[in-house]
Amino acid sequence: MRNSSDSKKYKNSFLNWIEFRLPIVSYIEKEYVDYPMPKNCNYFWSFGAMATIILIVLIVSGIFLAMNYTPHTEMAFNSVERIMRDVNYGWLLRYMHSNGAAFFFIIVYIHILRGMYYGSYKYPRELNWILGVFIFLLMMATAFLGYVLPWGQMSYWGATVITNLFSAIPIVGDGIKTWILGDYTVGNATLNRFFALHYVLPFVILGIVGLHVAAVHVHGSNNPSGIEIKSNQDSVKFFPYMLVKDTIATCVLGVIISIVIFFGPNLMAEVDNYIPANPLVTPSHIVANWYLAPFYAILRAIPDKLGGVLLMFSAIFILFVLPWLDTSKTRSCNFRPIYKWFMMLFFINFFVLGYVGMMPAEGLYLLVARIGLVYYFVFILILTPLIGKIEKPQTLPASISDTY
Amino acid sequence: MRFLFFLIILFLSTNNLFSAETSSKSMPKHEWSFKGITGTFDRSAVQRGYKVFREVCSGCHSMNLLYYRDLLDIGFSEDQIKAIASEYTVMDGPNDEGEMYERPAKLADRFVDPYSNEQEARISNNGSYPPDLSVITKARKYGVDYIYNLLIGYTDAPNDFEIGEGMYYNEWMEGNQLAMAQPLDDEYVDYDDGTNNSLPQLAEDVVTFLAWSAEPELEVRKKLGIRAILFFVVIGFLFYFVKIRLWKNIN
Repeated sequence: MRNSSDSKKYKNSFLNWIEFRLPIVSYIEKEYVDYPMPKNCNYFWSFGAMATIILIVLIVSGIFLAMNYTPHTEMAFNSVERIMRDVNYGWLLRYMHSNGAAFFFIIVYIHILRGMYYGSYKYPRELNWILGVFIFLLMMATAFLGYVLPWGQMSYWGATVITNLFSAIPIVGDGIKTWILGDYTVGNATLNRFFALHYVLPFVILGIVGLHVAAVHVHGSNNPSGIEIKSNQDSVKFFPYMLVKDTIATCVLGVIISIVIFFGPNLMAEVDNYIPANPLVTPSHIVANWYLAPFYAILRAIPDKLGGVLLMFSAIFILFVLPWLDTSKTRSCNFRPIYKWFMMLFFINFFVLGYVGMMPAEGLYLLVARIGLVYYFVFILILTPLIGKIEKPQTLPASISDTY
Repeated sequence: MRFLFFLIILFLSTNNLFSAETSSKSMPKHEWSFKGITGTFDRSAVQRGYKVFREVCSGCHSMNLLYYRDLLDIGFSEDQIKAIASEYTVMDGPNDEGEMYERPAKLADRFVDPYSNEQEARISNNGSYPPDLSVITKARKYGVDYIYNLLIGYTDAPNDFEIGEGMYYNEWMEGNQLAMAQPLDDEYVDYDDGTNNSLPQLAEDVVTFLAWSAEPELEVRKKLGIRAILFFVVIGFLFYFVKIRLWKNIN
């Protein structure tokens, strides 16, 4: 039982009043003020904070968009254009939302690749990594659902292509597809449920982000040397040392995202989505959102529909077991002379896959997609366990302050 | 540092993604008043462009997303717009007797369609459906440059080119033929302000009008953009100096 003298630690009596009833003040103090960060963390450790900020911006702008949007096949396209034209600063809301989603993916991709390069997924942070993969999966689902809402040509045909994938599942496939669509084809029922799901999933993401952050705070953040904090010499307090770095990083992001939102808001959009959806006219080629393109490339690289679907989903689900596939005890690739180069190649390969995923699946592009797909899986399934066994890592520094 | 290198590659490669699908023939770029960081719509060009649209394009093309009141933005007075709108009739009703009736269009009405439905549009246009022009510059690759080149790009088909029945040759159209006959030529529209009405001028003006109709927020957007960027730059530098002082004591 707490007695009231326990919670006289703050000068502000209101904080003491809160703290006595709900110890949220000391929680925030512990997790966001005094929380020790390894002092050698570089700016790649700001991408988690930036992703959270973008998520909140997306949710807030999305709520205001939803107030003005009509999820009906006859009205959706025009209601989006009404937002752009007649709602006060509606164009800003919409461009923030659509470009913000693209930047959310850029940030999260860098965040994931940083985690891979510095081995942040290894013991004892495996669960943290798994939660992150869940966030990534939900992000992809949410982005896909959101892309359908403006009800342009690419919305309609993208929805048709992606939901058709489910019909590749033997026996139950067609049933599942109809169940998802709420109809036999993409139609008003589909648009309605996609809107409902697109509204709710971001809050699920936000919840998992909460767990993701709570989990990383248990053992503390990894760092470029991949060694644990051993003394106070190795760490700085989150406030103000890391917060100021996160703020600088956010400002840089703010400049870049503003350039896109205000001076090229449609650079990352498909022109076909400004044509209202028409079930009778198929666009000359249906492209995925560019941020999903690497996985779209894997899907199309396989001539068999079911095989492509399975491979595409396994490309993501395989990430769940990455912590156990990696046999090396050394976290950071800075100290792994062989694996480092294969890791770099994996990054490049990922972007190459994204590039060919945007191009028509034929000729050289198809060949490149297949080579990229093979490397993607070989790297994770074979090279990662194998190199961990045979590689001799460099000697790790004794402490973080030695490397700083 | 090595990672920074990859960040740069990331941005370069995403840039490539945007410009990935370049065709064999590159689209000639035209000089536009509204391009660039501080670009604005040339009001008189937009007004002239509206005249071209009204006298030529609107014979076949709808512009569903615009209201007559939107013309206030491009410098027409309320009386001018009332006069323009009253030339069109819209179906309204039912009135107190339950009858539908026709009345002249008002400021609050959408631009009146040339056809009452898609079937009528098709039968009048050799089976083709003229697309709505409200956001056409956003709905086509290369946007304004594409529309401009299309309008001035009608030529005779090369001898070896087999052109379809009722189709016209245009080197900028996908498949090089389209159902729209050459819509504009020298002196097709008379300008009130005495501007030279050659084909390139007519095309430039009408495309400027279409660009405005697709992105009426462009000027406000760019103005706000400069402020937003300045805000982040100033705050960013401020915190950068704070960071330097703060971290000086860490080793």
